[in-house]
Amino acid sequence: MHKLLKDSPGEKIMLLGNEAIARGAVEAGVAFATTYPGTPSSEVSLNLFQMSRESDLYFEYSTNEKVALEVAAAAANSGLRTFCMMKHVGLNVAADPLMTLAYIGVTAGMVILTADDPAMFSSQNEQDNRYYAKFGHFPMFEPSCVAEAKDMIKAAFELSETLKQPVILRTTTRINHSNAFVTFGDIKARQTKGRFERDPMRCVTVPAVARELHVKLLARMDKAAGISESSEFNFITGQGVWGVVANGVSYHYALDAVKDLGIESKVKILRPGFSNPLPKNKIKDFLAGCEKVLVIEEGEPFMEEAVKAFAQEAGLAIPILGKTDMLFTPLGEFHPAMVREKIATFFGIDYTPAPKIDTSDVPEIANRPPNLCSGCSHRATFYAIKKAAQGMDVIHPSDIGCYTLGFMPPLSIGDFVVCMGGSVSTSCGFSKATDQKVVSVVGDSTFFHSGITGLVNAVFNRHNFTLVILENGITAMTGHQPHPGVDMDLMGMPGYGRVDIENLVKSLGVEHVSVIKPFKVKNSIETLKEAMAFDGVSVVIAKEPCILWAKSIKLKKPRAFEVTDKCKDHKDCINEIACPSFYIEAGRVKIDADTCVGCALCAQICPENAIRPLKK
Amino acid sequence: MKPLRMIIVAVGGQGNLLASKVLGEAALIEGVEVRMSEIHGMAQRGGVVESAIIFGDASSSIISDGEADILLGFEPAETLRAIGRCSANTRVITNTATLPPFTVAIGKGNYPEVNEIKQILKEKTAGLVAIDAMALARKAGSPMSVNIVLLGALIQTGALGFSKENVKEAIKRRIKPALVEMNLKAFDLGFEAAAAGTV
Ligand SMILES: Cc1ncc(C[n+]2csc(CCOP(=O)(O)OP(=O)(O)O)c2C)c(N)n1
Ligand code: SF4
Ligand code: SF4
Repeated sequence: MHKLLKDSPGEKIMLLGNEAIARGAVEAGVAFATTYPGTPSSEVSLNLFQMSRESDLYFEYSTNEKVALEVAAAAANSGLRTFCMMKHVGLNVAADPLMTLAYIGVTAGMVILTADDPAMFSSQNEQDNRYYAKFGHFPMFEPSCVAEAKDMIKAAFELSETLKQPVILRTTTRINHSNAFVTFGDIKARQTKGRFERDPMRCVTVPAVARELHVKLLARMDKAAGISESSEFNFITGQGVWGVVANGVSYHYALDAVKDLGIESKVKILRPGFSNPLPKNKIKDFLAGCEKVLVIEEGEPFMEEAVKAFAQEAGLAIPILGKTDMLFTPLGEFHPAMVREKIATFFGIDYTPAPKIDTSDVPEIANRPPNLCSGCSHRATFYAIKKAAQGMDVIHPSDIGCYTLGFMPPLSIGDFVVCMGGSVSTSCGFSKATDQKVVSVVGDSTFFHSGITGLVNAVFNRHNFTLVILENGITAMTGHQPHPGVDMDLMGMPGYGRVDIENLVKSLGVEHVSVIKPFKVKNSIETLKEAMAFDGVSVVIAKEPCILWAKSIKLKKPRAFEVTDKCKDHKDCINEIACPSFYIEAGRVKIDADTCVGCALCAQICPENAIRPLKK
Repeated sequence: MKPLRMIIVAVGGQGNLLASKVLGEAALIEGVEVRMSEIHGMAQRGGVVESAIIFGDASSSIISDGEADILLGFEPAETLRAIGRCSANTRVITNTATLPPFTVAIGKGNYPEVNEIKQILKEKTAGLVAIDAMALARKAGSPMSVNIVLLGALIQTGALGFSKENVKEAIKRRIKPALVEMNLKAFDLGFEAAAAGTV
């Protein structure tokens, strides 16, 4: 049985934050869950996916976040407790249904998880999604630790049902990817079949209806504001005339700092965990007893601006600071020593940080940047694109996935990366705005997510570029999740449909469509050259499974290659493809037999034919 | 318990997340509070993986630069790269078996001599235990047990204050039954090597 399905209340178990969130949803009786994967949220959905395979919980990997949210919205309006989870930028994709779903509301509890990523451990920006709660009028919860994340999602379902409004659960990477002990609670029975009751005056958002709904939405949020005032998640610890307002992980850094600085008797901390709407009266009362107040929050001054506005309303002129040059920055993430130092600065405490080790004489150590795996099919495709485009003035719009790493030398495929699906539509723009050749790359999961619409645009507006779709049969970057083009039978999961990319692209009206096997290097280069010579939109589908995944499901068995005596030391292999299995020993190129998977890319580019399968 | 802060650095695939889980379980057995945080963004693609583990009476789950009490490094250059996490009071335990980054493997980037790495770590911190965990892991039966060899060395130093028995119990609870025996051997080999002061 899946460890998170165990009906063992009281059991204490070490869980990853994302597991705790999944368990909390199960304890809340969640019946319906949708997602599009994205770090740092991916383990929440992975665990729900696994649990759905051994219970009556419905889970799906949807095509993108907009789809996931709409699928979920229907379930939550059919009386099922529904959970929709995504990374922060995913909520941008889902923002259209999000903003109007607020008007419609739900008939059963619905929670939307946004997993934000301050410091961008694995994201393209560090946007602060708390503003979505304010912007769209959603109640929002923000946990400060793993155990609280589990409690909060349960409370979020209850609140959502009370208000008939979806609730946002906002986490940051340090909650999602922390481990701590969590105590299991009771599992509420799941209701897995619902019924949609027709209610056009609530569910059909024509202007006349929506105007009424907006009024009702504001009333719901007034009710939410009242609940926020007495919420157990908005609490005050300690007492004194120095005030600190801190959310999320910053709350714990502040707690430790106050103790470390020995100012427990002087400081009280307000921790807003139900942070939209903020508990206005509670905050005003808190401010009234303070000489000065420091607001500690990663990201934007979301609370700080509100707290200052509340102080103004209350006629309080005390100093309230947060994001200023001397104190906190909207950049990156905070850490305990930083918070300790800023608290000391703000309240004028003597504090000398512990002496740092002198590292000036530590020798330089080469970096260890991530690289495409040994035998990654993207490497072969990029090599072929590079050869086919040799001598041309070309732009390579790229997209988001493992293949983004192709922008690094020596492959250097990737000139413009903005968001998922952006490769296709920016190709449209570059091809019209310049006379340069445009050859772009997009992953298969990304193509389904939001590349298709750009391609339709290209066909209709008669753009001129070559799009290479990297069909490696899986969503690799985020941990090998399914997508609509995946052969689920291969994963031992029958019962799914499958969308064939080649047929799809042809049916969109792309006139030049070809398929390559990237490890057939010569053929691939020739086919790419033809596609690039075509005047109009051409699509090349590079079909070869992600080797890391193929190995894990035993679809491929590695067979290592070796460099034989015929090697004349051109080092083309190292200089042109940089497979991480190469190394140099005593001046000679070698292949690490433990990591080489035998893709034979290097063997095909070696001018001396010196690379051969290793003889056992 | 007074907070004790420990950083583990490793290269993707070396099993440091499992090592942290074993220590977490051991903390439960010891009755010590524990919080851990991990960064595993691009681990599978050869990047650096770091975990922070905080035992005892603190609320935070990450560790600032200069504030680690223990640094456990699974790869010597990564241990040295993490020296900024240490203070002069930090105890350091490192593997000496190298896994050079790709640029170094192809003769381009700089990789300090292991002896130099040891020298610097020793001089700047409160003590170094350096063992060839790879050789010991092979001796135990699998290169995959490097992580547990290093846990053996860590426990021997006493820096954590956990008993050998409790950590072994945690290994039994957290590691697949078929692999327990080999890992217990790996643990003992690491423990003995640290006791012998093997460098
Ligand atoms: C809107 C949005 N959702 C999710 C993500 C997280 N994410 C990054 S890459 C990726 C998918 C990559 O899959 P694919 O296109 O198949 O490329 P591969 O990694 O397999 O090469 C996802 C889901 C994101 N960056 N943006
Ligand atoms: S996980 Fe797959 S797609 Fe990603 S770099 Fe490795 S082989 Fe390539
Ligand atoms: S065959 Fe060559 S390119 Fe392919 S994995 Fe092995 S060393 Fe790397």
